[in-house]
Amino acid sequence: MLERHTDAARPPSRPVPSSGSEHGLRYGPPVRRTRLRLPTPSTPARRQLLVDSLGVGIATGAYGVSFGAIATTSGLTVAQSCALSVLVFTGASQFALIGVVASGGAPMSGAATALMLGTRNTLYGLKLASLLGLRGVRRLAGAHLVIDESTAMSLKAEDPRDAPLGFFATGAAVFVLWNLATLIGALAGDAMGDTSAYGLDAAVPAAFLALLWPRLDHARARVTAVAAALLALTLVSFTRPGVPIIAAAGVAVLAAVTSGGRGHDPAGEPDDPMRGGG
Amino acid sequence: MWMAILVTGIGCYLLKLTGLSVPDRVLDRPVIRRVADLMPVALLGALVAVEAFSTGQNLTADARLLGVGAGVVALLLRAPFLVVVVVAAATTAVVRLLI
Repeated sequence: MLERHTDAARPPSRPVPSSGSEHGLRYGPPVRRTRLRLPTPSTPARRQLLVDSLGVGIATGAYGVSFGAIATTSGLTVAQSCALSVLVFTGASQFALIGVVASGGAPMSGAATALMLGTRNTLYGLKLASLLGLRGVRRLAGAHLVIDESTAMSLKAEDPRDAPLGFFATGAAVFVLWNLATLIGALAGDAMGDTSAYGLDAAVPAAFLALLWPRLDHARARVTAVAAALLALTLVSFTRPGVPIIAAAGVAVLAAVTSGGRGHDPAGEPDDPMRGGG
Repeated sequence: MWMAILVTGIGCYLLKLTGLSVPDRVLDRPVIRRVADLMPVALLGALVAVEAFSTGQNLTADARLLGVGAGVVALLLRAPFLVVVVVAAATTAVVRLLI
């Protein structure tokens, strides 16, 4: 507001080119720069992104307590439970591994299940590669943080240039809190008793649903999500844990291939990060 | 057990790194772009269903569904992520307490 006042007092230097050159070092279209406000126009959006990232970290941490508790009650030591969270760091795979072990499966068949479930992170990485543009050490470090939550949060960034912020903030928040929570859960395991009494098992699907919700903004996505859910439920009772999720990937491929000919891509695909970068 | 943990850790890391390292031109095709766009939708949809409706390899309907239902109401009311999760967990906990 103040800046607008001083600017009005100034003789007619036109705001568009001046703001354009002011931000010339920052790449990207100077669309929002014409409104003379804060020097970094995306600050509120970035702050909101950081708050959301921390929120996701805290929510996932609560889930991590239940992971730690279930891991130790499944027969793992505290050290093994924590090693899983540090080294594997992808919740569904970790749950799959201890689930197989708890139901009497061999550890290596648990590992195979976990790896099958982990392939979806490859697909997330595929999506993130051009959005984040990571190179060298940042890519090697960032790769460990490619999980459901960080992927969803970087896709959620309204400005594609904020995607790396969403990715690393969420990845770091989840990593710290997930590992801390695993340790607490593993130690508290027996003392805490039944974690389902706290409704933590309902927090898990609710968290996935909240991450999915903003992606359901066009009919094709809604049909895909429902079809994937139905397929997974159909498969769940006669396949190994993890397989229903992998099979759902087939629904995405099918939906993508079959919707190609119809030629009505959702208006402009506002959430399409590959286009946004220009 | 330790061997399984190491194999899973290394394997999951390589799976993640592979996704990030795929050459750009692979993504330049519209079909691939649509696949990558719909993939999280399909996987998250499946995860929601499996986590809400099954226990191990059995289909189940328990207090979790009421919790998730409350979460849907929260989402429809445009509640933030954390509120949705807390509402779902609290609803489930209360239902279990009452029944």
